[in-house]
Amino acid sequence: MKALKWALAAATALVCVAPALAEDSIYVPLFTYRTGPFGGSGTPIADGMHDYLNMLNERDGGIGGVKLVVDECETGYDTKKGLECYDSVKPKNPVLVNPWSTGITLALIPKASVDKIPILSMAYGLSAAARGDVFPWIFNPPVTYWDGASEILTYLGGGSIDGLKGKKVGYLYFDAAFGREALPFFQAEAKTAGFDLKLYPVAPADMQNQSAKWLDVRRDRPDFLVMYGWGAMNAAAIKEAVKANFPMDKFVSVWWPGDADASASGEGAKGFKELNWHGPGADYPAFADIKKLVIDPGKSQAQAGEFGSTLYDHGVYNSMLIAEAIAQAQKTTAKKVVTGEDVRRGFENLNLDPARLKAIGLEGFASPLKLTCADHNSHSATFVQEWDGAHWKKISAAIPSALDKVQPLIDAAAKSYAEKNAGWPTRSELCDNK
Amino acid sequence: MFYREAGQFKTTYAADMAVFPIRQDRIGLALILAVAFLVIPAFGGAFFIETMMIPFLVLSLAAIGLNLLTGYTGLLSLGSAGFMGVGAYACYKLDTYFPQVNILVWIVVSGLFSSAVGVLFGLPSLRIKGFYLVVATLAAQFFLEWAFARVPWLYNDNASGAIEVGTHTLFGVPVTGPNALPSTRYLVVLSLVTMLAWIASNITHGRIGRMWMAVRDMDIAAELIGIRLLPAKLLAFAVSSFYIGVAGALMVFLWFGSAEPEAFDINLSFQLLFIIIIGGLGSIVGAFFGAAVLHLLPIMLRAAPPLIGLRVQAATVEQLTDMLTGVLILAVLIVEPHGLAALWKTAKQKLRVWPFPY
Repeated sequence: MKALKWALAAATALVCVAPALAEDSIYVPLFTYRTGPFGGSGTPIADGMHDYLNMLNERDGGIGGVKLVVDECETGYDTKKGLECYDSVKPKNPVLVNPWSTGITLALIPKASVDKIPILSMAYGLSAAARGDVFPWIFNPPVTYWDGASEILTYLGGGSIDGLKGKKVGYLYFDAAFGREALPFFQAEAKTAGFDLKLYPVAPADMQNQSAKWLDVRRDRPDFLVMYGWGAMNAAAIKEAVKANFPMDKFVSVWWPGDADASASGEGAKGFKELNWHGPGADYPAFADIKKLVIDPGKSQAQAGEFGSTLYDHGVYNSMLIAEAIAQAQKTTAKKVVTGEDVRRGFENLNLDPARLKAIGLEGFASPLKLTCADHNSHSATFVQEWDGAHWKKISAAIPSALDKVQPLIDAAAKSYAEKNAGWPTRSELCDNK
Repeated sequence: MFYREAGQFKTTYAADMAVFPIRQDRIGLALILAVAFLVIPAFGGAFFIETMMIPFLVLSLAAIGLNLLTGYTGLLSLGSAGFMGVGAYACYKLDTYFPQVNILVWIVVSGLFSSAVGVLFGLPSLRIKGFYLVVATLAAQFFLEWAFARVPWLYNDNASGAIEVGTHTLFGVPVTGPNALPSTRYLVVLSLVTMLAWIASNITHGRIGRMWMAVRDMDIAAELIGIRLLPAKLLAFAVSSFYIGVAGALMVFLWFGSAEPEAFDINLSFQLLFIIIIGGLGSIVGAFFGAAVLHLLPIMLRAAPPLIGLRVQAATVEQLTDMLTGVLILAVLIVEPHGLAALWKTAKQKLRVWPFPY
């Protein structure tokens, strides 16, 4: 017991001596996972996020002349550690957090309005958070999983979901909240559009051992296969598809498989497709700056070949949203050093039109994005990119989301969330664009 | 010199059989409780209370529960995370149906549901033990985890597949949800854990505890002296699962604030097993020691490099913490295979005769 007391005393001492931050800086914590079962996907994302913000620090001295203090906290994709990270960064006045895990996002959502720290969950997390009037502190641009499902089906149907009539569509998904979220959408569409939906759930424990599911795929011979996978599941699925001789050009995934997932299957993976909302590669001025100012001087942890890969680009896009929200907050509030509340307003006034994208050196990288108080997602159009054995190639025009079908789902989910969490606050936050 | 019972005479049998027969022990315990109830909530920082103390107490409670089963009755279980989940989901469902009842009532009642499930999965324990029982409890773990993810009724059909905790109050003060102060939640958890630990200590020191230990040491001999094995083992499963279930409800309602089924995966079962092995099998205080080593130590190690001015990458710190924790666990087990509780006992024994050991 004495030992315990000493330990407590030591811990209290540790907690009290948190380093004080300089007044004229903006604190941006990045929750990353370079360790654990998903570390393979998490590392390029973390590097992309880190490198873009560091580049802004090196090139422009931060944002609006205010230096960014970028701090990584390792979550290991574990909710417990994510909460620990959140509690450890909270006293340092972060202007936002990016949980990078659906579990952590869900745990933080109720805290956001109390702690006045906005949450950016880029294309993951709670889809219902697209409703800014119910979730004023949560932002999940540029697209939800329901949008993704509608966009994949539109692409497969040749421009309209109805084009799938009479076809057989397989849905291979990670059998946890993430994969099951899109399930009702697929089922409803199968009924209205008249296609045959085959389900292939992959339990988290069987991520790397999908042979049983692929036996079913061989038996059913679906015309198309849609995948919502994560972590090791993606690479394993592509390998199994190669083994099963499944035609790669009929295999389309949501936006999470990375370059390493596809390249692990070698030549066989040629033709594999996935949805994306930002241009493949690194052929943009801002990326050239990252290379020149961060990677070449050795200030990045990125391994060779990571730069410009899909997941690295996801990280850059995520940081671009952070930076733009901060810049917009500075513009909206005319303050230099912004707070969480200001950045929340920054997000709600975010307008990444082509001119702005050009100004930040990301012309052609991403499609324009506009958020408002009511719409925290923008339900952007995405495009399909194809793996050519070494790189991704953009092969389709922008595919808009079937918003008429997605919006009712989002409204219902937001309503149900607010109802089930008794005492969910009604929006009282300031809105700049009513 | 200061820690010895010379001059403390016992005049009743009750005093002689007390759990803490030495006065210094009782003073020490009172001091610890005073620090825990008064000093920490008053002076502890939010991070310290929220990230260190609340999880430490919740894990300790679950470890006490597992210790009753594994340490005292000798029934090895890997289903603890599943039973924690039963507690959490039972509490969530009860709260959905009867929101007007105070949440603390439901947290305690949810332990009964976990108890019932524990008894059900404990039924094979009469016929099998050791590794075979591990497999049976492993089945419980996998089945329960499967149910949490696949039965929409359990999570109220939430699109996210997770359970979320709203705001509940006790005497008008919020105890759950984002508005509850860390110190309020800490005091609620601490009160429950203190009470349950006290009850557990009394159970293990009394007839039931002795019955369990007899079963653990040799079940045939226990049967011969008149202990009925099935009720004894099932009682162990029931009480143990009750504790674990309450810990699960506390974890979701007062610590996480929401939970996905993955929160109750097998890793948590292993963590609890490690806690009681490191802390000491068959010891209540060992559960606290083990939880401190497995939960508090990594946090302190993580805080160490920036404190001495080292700039280390977050992931590197994580790997180092894992390695150091592993090494420390091995070191502890080499020095004292019976866990920290045994080490603590030896230390007390040595202290008692210090400075003249002969």
